[in-house]
Order: sequence, then structure tokens, then C-alpha cells
Amino acid sequence: MEEPLTREQLLDMYYYMKLTRMVEERLQRLYRQGKIVGGLYRSLGQEGESVASAYALEEGDFLAVMIRNLGALFVRGIRPWEIFTQYMGKGTSPTRGKDSIVHFGSVERGIIPPISHLGDLIPVMAGIALASKMQRKRSVALTYIGDGGTSTGVFHEGLNFAAVLKLPLIVIAEDNGYAYSTPKHRQMAIENIADRAIGYGIFGETVDGNDVIAVYHATRRAIERAREGLGPTLLEVKTFRMRGHAEHDDAWYVPREVLEYWQKRDPILRLEIYLKEHGMADETDFEAITHRIEQEIEADLQYAEQSPMPDPRIALEGVYAETPSVSEAPLPSEHAVKSRS
Amino acid sequence: MPVLTYLEAIRQGLWEEMERDERVFLLGEDIGVYGGAFKVTEGFLERFGEERVIDTPISEAAIVGAAIGAALVGLRPVAEMQFIDFISIAFDQLTNFAAKCRYRWGAGVPIVVRGPCGGGVHGGPFHSQNVEAYFFHTPGLKIVEPATPYDAKGLIKAAIRDEDPVLYFEHKYLYRRIRGEVPEDDYIVPIGKADIKRPGRDVTILTYGWMVHKSLEAAEIVAQEDIEVEVVDLRTLLPLDDETILSSVAKTGRAVIVHEDTRTGGIAGEIAMRLNERIFEYLEAPVVRVTAPDTPIPFSPPLEEFFLPQVEEIVQAVRWVANY
Ligand SMILES: Cc1ncc(C[n+]2csc(CCOP(=O)(O)OP(=O)(O)O)c2C)c(N)n1
Ligand SMILES: [Mg+2]
Repeated sequence: MEEPLTREQLLDMYYYMKLTRMVEERLQRLYRQGKIVGGLYRSLGQEGESVASAYALEEGDFLAVMIRNLGALFVRGIRPWEIFTQYMGKGTSPTRGKDSIVHFGSVERGIIPPISHLGDLIPVMAGIALASKMQRKRSVALTYIGDGGTSTGVFHEGLNFAAVLKLPLIVIAEDNGYAYSTPKHRQMAIENIADRAIGYGIFGETVDGNDVIAVYHATRRAIERAREGLGPTLLEVKTFRMRGHAEHDDAWYVPREVLEYWQKRDPILRLEIYLKEHGMADETDFEAITHRIEQEIEADLQYAEQSPMPDPRIALEGVYAETPSVSEAPLPSEHAVKSRS
Repeated sequence: MPVLTYLEAIRQGLWEEMERDERVFLLGEDIGVYGGAFKVTEGFLERFGEERVIDTPISEAAIVGAAIGAALVGLRPVAEMQFIDFISIAFDQLTNFAAKCRYRWGAGVPIVVRGPCGGGVHGGPFHSQNVEAYFFHTPGLKIVEPATPYDAKGLIKAAIRDEDPVLYFEHKYLYRRIRGEVPEDDYIVPIGKADIKRPGRDVTILTYGWMVHKSLEAAEIVAQEDIEVEVVDLRTLLPLDDETILSSVAKTGRAVIVHEDTRTGGIAGEIAMRLNERIFEYLEAPVVRVTAPDTPIPFSPPLEEFFLPQVEEIVQAVRWVANY
């Protein structure tokens, strides 16, 4: 039987979900004030599945997020200042301004960043799982894909590859109703993404993505199977994208009733109700956590705002391990310097 | 004459072709109900219906592959890449399937694959790329990139009517920033023809896309120093318009090639080689290029600005060849 989550663990997950929501709310304000660069992709309503799935991982495991998995990054130790500086394009950001949003990572911290091209992470994470197996490690690889992202060729290739080689890979498929403006039924002719698992000969399961406890346990099961050498799992979480694709999109194409339905099933609200009903926490506990987060966010945001923009010349650095020598064009010095990259 | 934005001109060209020829249809992600990520196809679904404006799954390889198939049997598909960066997923369909059909078995593949390219809007490494060089190396494909609303409309029409696969790159920075007169009537801008956007006798700038506008600004600046620049807008990158390119440079004797794409393996290298092979005796100065450096395109504004070719760099390059 599954070991039930302790009060401490549940409050921990509550903290990460709330942190995700509050950081994003802050980003939304910054977006409206014109203080962030580029678009803002929210995970409102999906904080639960990101947090719970990442929370099921252990030290040494690998995680790769997509744009709506900010919560998973926080669970793995990423702090709000890293997100704020990324969104502001600051020189102190993890990518030093070279890339934005959650497009950053660190092999040491077990975090592999996405590229925008949907699905490309799946074969890469299969490779990480393959290496883990070859190196006789216990580590598993976990990544996410949206309902829309499952329409890519690499989704299929990656899962099939992992299935054949029985790799310790967990793919969380997020059915959040839409891919940009496209509803799920224009993306696939099936109801449940997890049904595809049969076609790959792997484990598949569909869970309520706004029930953090269910997501946590389902992910644990997948991880245990992976560690036992039983191969990959396609774990589908049913959830909903409560805002537009990004903040520029008011999602007029989403019926109001659908939003209302999911509003009542908000993952944070549901965990609060659960904790109260089980006598594990009350409003004062939630307020204390919220208060703590407010302070953390203020401090981190201040750091981000005070950080300088990057030195332009950073643009030329880091393409290779060693900077190759390029012959200088016989041109005015300014121009020649820039072409030497 | 009506004044349209670059984006409206593309839309008008597409619209007129769909009105004119019922074989023309559109397919892509979020192009129907939503009208496209940049709203190029807004209103098309209402006018032309679901059969001719198809919202597809996120499957670029299938979008292009299906376009190829439909084209082989008589339709005229126009496929949209939501951002041109995602064309990489359809690379095989384009370079191996579409590009080689006619050569191998005589079958034409009259498809258009279009989408927003280029930087300047802080889109980061995957929403800002210029991808022409990947395809420039593939015989069998054609590549166009308009710089003005007039050319945008005329080239989309020519691309749709062309018997071979055409990649139509539209610069997202220009979408709503550039306006110009666009005739209401049916006209095409022929594929394979460059256009002299500013005549001049001293130095030729060969360029395309957003850089046409930056080059025109640079030409304005050096005109005050009595350097008369001729700005040639290539418009079609494959096949290059040798006649216009060579005759302009033969006249001025000095050439600066400007592109937003990165340097190594870029189109500038090929043009410089043609100048060298064909009109070496006319050259009064080395041919130079102003391009982005050989790095991915970075996100943060100061980095992106540094990465992108700037007017001042073009001015310096022009002065350098003029005074050589
Ligand atoms: C291969 C590819 N094509 C197109 C896009 C543009 N795009 C970015 S996100 C998105 C929708 C993704 O939907 P989904 O996978 O369901 O994830 P969600 O946004 O719902 O979390 C699209 C079409 C892309 N990033 N990659
Ligand atoms: Mg989705």
C-alpha cells in the first residue's frame, strides 16, 4: 500500500503551489507595467500537477519542464529571483539574458531546460534515462508534454524508443483542454492521452491533475516501476489552463462554463479543504505560509529589479567550449570585433 | 492607392488567391478559429470555410507532408508555420520530398510554406531565427522574403501560382511597422527578380527583409557625405537574380552585402563568390558583409541589439568600401 503523505509533506506541496501562483501573479503585474520582456505564460490552475509530480522525485533524478511547469522548478530548488531575472532579461539571470522564462537549467541540479519546439525533450529525457541505466544508477527522468505537444513526431519516437529499451522515463501528459486556441479534439481523435500507452506497450494512467495527492501517488508508482526496470510510464493529468495561451491572449474561445467548472476544482483550494477536513491545518497555517512567500518574493524581486542588464558582449560568449579563432575582416574595428564570435 | 501594412498586404494577397482559385487552401496551427498567432488569416475561416482553412494538430512534418501530397494531385496548399523556427521539424519533407520530386520523377510540388521569421521583438533563440541558409543549399526549393507591402502581396501571389515549392518568409518585425501603397488589382512580383529600392552610383548594398530598411537608412546617412548608395532588395533568395546583382555591382564597383542571418554559410558568402567569379575586373574594393555574428540569437534586449546588424555598422562598411 501507498504510504500516505504526512502533514509536513502536504504543507510543503501547499507552499510550492502557492509560491508558484504568487510569483506568477507578481509577474502578471510586472507584465502590465511593462517591466518584463516578452510574453508571460501562466500555469494558473495547473500548479498542482507540476508540484506533485516533481515532489515525487528524489535526489539524483532528472526533471525537464515545459512552459507551464514553474511549480516543478520550485520543488527542485529554483528560487523566485531566478525566474524574475529570466523574465526581465537581466545579466544576473541563470542564462545571463541569452534565453528567457523557464528556459534554463543545470545538469548538476538535475534540471534540463526545454527548447520551444514542442516534444523535443522527450527523446532527450529518454537519453538521460538510457544513461542512467547504462551507468547503473537509480535515477529516473521525468518530463512533461501538453495535449498539443503530443501531436509531434518526436513525442512518438521518444516514447517508443524508451518503451523498446525499457528506460526509466516518466512522461506527464497534461490535458489542459487547449493548445493555444486549438481544443483537444482537434489535436487527437481519442479522449485520453494515456490510452496511447497500450500502443507503445508501456504503463499508462489517467489521474485528476488538480488532485495533488492523486498526482503524487501516481507519479510515485511510475517512478518505482522505472527504478525496478519495468520501463516508462505515460501518466496523464486532467487539468485546465485557466488563462490564455500567454497574457496577450484573452482566451475568448474558451466557454465560460468550462472555466467555471474548473474554477471550483482549483488545486490550491482543494488542498486547503483536504487539510482542513483532516484537521491538519487551518486558515492561520495558510496565512503564515502566504506571509512567508510574500516576503520571499519581495526580497527576490528587489534583487532582480536592481540587477543590471547584461553586457552586450556576452552575446558572443559560450557558443563552444573554446572560442574558435575567426580571421578578422579588414574592416573598421567596431565591425570586426562583432564578427569575431 | 490604398495604404496597407506589410501584414495586411500578405493577407490581401492570400485572400485574392483563394477567391481566384478554389484549389488554394490553407493549413496550419491556430489559423482558422483564432485567425493565426499573428492574425494573418483572420476572417478566412468565415469566408472560405473549414475545408479550405484547416486548423491542424501541432505537427509541422504532417502539415508540410500533407501539403505536398495534396499538391501532387492538383491542389494549391499554403502551409503556415506558426513561427518559421518550427520549419526545422518539416526539414525532411521539404528538402528530401518536395525538393526532389520534379527532378526524380517529373512531378511538380506547387506548395507554399510561409511563416514569420526574424528578430527585433525579443523572441529569444527559438522565435527569432532566420532559416533561409538551411534551405538555400537545397536545389528544387525557391525562397522569397519581401521587405515592403507591395512586394509582400505580389510575392505571395507569385508563390501560390508557382509550379515548384516556395518558402515565403515574412519578417515579423515588419508586420505592423511598415506601411505602403498596395494596388487593389491583381498583380504579381515575379519570383527570381530583385528590385532596386534606391538607385546610386558609388556603392551597391545587396540585402533583403528587414535589412532593406536599415540599409535605406544607412544610404540616407552616407548621402550627406556624397556617397550615393544603390540599395538592391533581393526579394528572391533562391534563385538569386544574377542579372540585377551583377549589373548593379559592375556599375558601382563596390558591394556591401547585408543580412540579418548569421555570418558563416549565409547568403552573403554565395553572392560574394558570384561577384568574384563573374565581375572581378569591375571591383574597386573587396566585397564586405554586415551580418549577425555566428551565435544563436539571444533574448535580452541589449544582447539582441548587439547581435542584430545595426544602421551604424552598415554605414561604416559603406564608408570603408567607398574609401578603399
Ligand atoms: C513544434 C512546435 N510547433 C508550434 C509551436 C508553437 N506553440 C507553442 S505552445 C503551443 C501550444 C501548446 O499546447 P500544449 O502542448 O497543449 O501545451 P499548453 O500550452 O496547453 O500547456 C504552440 C502551438 C511550438 N512551440 N513548437
Ligand atoms: Mg494544452
